Amino acid sequence: MTASSPGTTPSSSGRSGPVPAPRPKFAAAARPELADTRMRRNLRGATAALRGREAAAAAETADWEDLREAGRAIKDDALLDLDSHLEELERAVTEAGGTVHWAADAAEARRVVTGLVRATGAKEVVKAASATTREIGLNDALARAGVTVRETGVAEMAVQLGEDAPSHLLSPAAHRDRAEIAELFRRAVPAAGPGLADDPEALAAAARAHLRDRFLRARVAVTGANFLVAETGTLVLLESEGNARMCLTLPETLISVAGIDKVVPTWDDMEVFLQLLPRSSTGDRMTPYVSSWTGVTPGDGPRALHLVLLDNGRTRALADEVGRAALRCIRCSACLNVCPVYERTGGRPYGPVHPGPIGAVLTPLTRGVESAADASLPYASTLCGACADVCPVKIDIPDMLVHLRGKVVESRRRRPVPTPEMALMRGLAWTMGDPRRHEAAVRRGARWARLLSRGGRIRRLPGLLGKWTEARDLPAPPPESFRGWWDRTRA
Amino acid sequence: MRVALSVACFDDVLFPGTAKAVTVLLERLGHEVAFPPGQTCCGQFHWTAGYHREAAGLARSHSAAFEGCEVVVAPSASCAATVRDDYPKIARTARDPGLARAAEALAVYELTEFLIDVLGVTDVGAYFPHRVTYHPSCRSLRILGVGDRPVRLLRAVRGLDLVELPSAEECCGFGGAFAMKNADVSVAMVADKVRHVRDTGADVVCAVDDSCLAHIGGALSRLRGGVRTMHLAEILAETGPA
Repeated sequence: MTASSPGTTPSSSGRSGPVPAPRPKFAAAARPELADTRMRRNLRGATAALRGREAAAAAETADWEDLREAGRAIKDDALLDLDSHLEELERAVTEAGGTVHWAADAAEARRVVTGLVRATGAKEVVKAASATTREIGLNDALARAGVTVRETGVAEMAVQLGEDAPSHLLSPAAHRDRAEIAELFRRAVPAAGPGLADDPEALAAAARAHLRDRFLRARVAVTGANFLVAETGTLVLLESEGNARMCLTLPETLISVAGIDKVVPTWDDMEVFLQLLPRSSTGDRMTPYVSSWTGVTPGDGPRALHLVLLDNGRTRALADEVGRAALRCIRCSACLNVCPVYERTGGRPYGPVHPGPIGAVLTPLTRGVESAADASLPYASTLCGACADVCPVKIDIPDMLVHLRGKVVESRRRRPVPTPEMALMRGLAWTMGDPRRHEAAVRRGARWARLLSRGGRIRRLPGLLGKWTEARDLPAPPPESFRGWWDRTRA
Repeated sequence: MRVALSVACFDDVLFPGTAKAVTVLLERLGHEVAFPPGQTCCGQFHWTAGYHREAAGLARSHSAAFEGCEVVVAPSASCAATVRDDYPKIARTARDPGLARAAEALAVYELTEFLIDVLGVTDVGAYFPHRVTYHPSCRSLRILGVGDRPVRLLRAVRGLDLVELPSAEECCGFGGAFAMKNADVSVAMVADKVRHVRDTGADVVCAVDDSCLAHIGGALSRLRGGVRTMHLAEILAETGPA
């Protein structure tokens, strides 16, 4: 299984080595994934199970719609005065003994974290699940700096050991089944042994044995954070395995990387998100582990705390008046689990930032639509709307996709030679803009279409429409249109 | 009541039977049907594909074609949803308050909404002795919220054996330009939809959107699936031998 490494942002071009091939468009990247039948079965099972659990967890909360509305409102307020909340956060973190670092893009974030790790002299770091570090391609950067990164979540560990690419925001190994994980552990985990069974208990025990001495040995840990509480300078992280808590408590130096969109103003706001996030992400009433940490405490936990605040296009998204609502996202992954496109392709065709419907908006919002790959993402949806129905902070993802498609088309209008698609769409609009032109074109088109048909079906269409007839017929137009019938019988 | 019929551009050419059926049905129920001749296309395809300037032009002429109509009925949930849900957005994007006002003045109903909510009819006197399954299209389900209206109408049809479609609320994979731009994913989706349709043992799969039915029917036809697609209106218009 191949996939481009995460974090290949334009800003990383200063790196030496061969220039990587441009990322393929969604449709091309989806093709090999669609052919992987085992992955599709695994994803179908995983997303169906999560969908069911999430729906049940939301249904048992009488005020679910009020909670969603509250979540939306808190996030919108936080984003409206983001600069002042961030300043408050920095002040509070610093007063509590932590250090805040600002990173404008992925490259700067990688430099900051790599520098911090180097300064400790450590050659190994333990790391807990973080979509943000995946976004900036931190693991590769640390590896290049001679630092070994040990993923500590079971799924992340499996992805790392298998030299695989993650496919899901919360369960990076959702595309793998237990048999595949067990086989991998038997091969790559010394503590597992060749007789490892593929039941969940045995796999968890093998992972635990493998990780224990790494935790005890680790001097530096890298984590993400789900929320940053501005008033107290507190970082909050939700997880199900307890590995992140080990990272937060055992090492001497703790480096947390978080997007600037993770800020909430007050502790009271957590009341809402601690109900919304677990139910929307795994269908649990509460996540098994909720950790919060504020600065450093002598004799307890890490001696140094570094918070790296990442922009990486988030202020660019914030400047987009329709798109900014995407920054409400609390990374629950509910939209992935209901998306019929994601269910069939997995997360990898969505590129480096985030997978699924939310990735299809966040990536072009934060990176722009200049590259063909990023411009293809807003089209990776049928606009069926299932994602908007489940979003706990009410992000209207289909609306945003249509908005971004508009941006893609606008950016292509300036080209000296119009694309065939643009010529077609403009021609269509011109024809349809006038009833007489429309009627004449319809008559002509229907005649041609009937010539292409055999037995009432069109099996092959020319040009751009040929994509339709690759696997689907089109009915031949009947000899008389509705207009014709109306004029004959009613007018 | 005088009802203005809004016919989707591709229904006019590819599925004229749908609008004919609506005409016959409404006339049978004692209403007068009008077909405003100025209509061409609601602009949905351009809007969702990102051609927002072109969509605004089409939205203007579509609204103008129905100006002054007391009530407009569209046998296409997605076109009705475009006028009701997207026109305000198109007007905002084009900074066209005139279009926003014109769109707001249009009383557009999807067919099943019109029958049940406006006319108060559930039994339209149809007879259709076949096994039928119903696919709730995404825009009817999630934008218009037609709910179980189509199913209530189908249950009232004499002789009809309604069977439930597994994973009914999952998208068929059409999605306008998606079917071409992401043809492989689109086909993977419709393959599952077709499998579910065939699992029901139905003779007919129906919906309130011919666009989705063109997709499902196109795949069924290629597979010689042995299941017909019909718009719900065509079933409601059937009265059997007199």
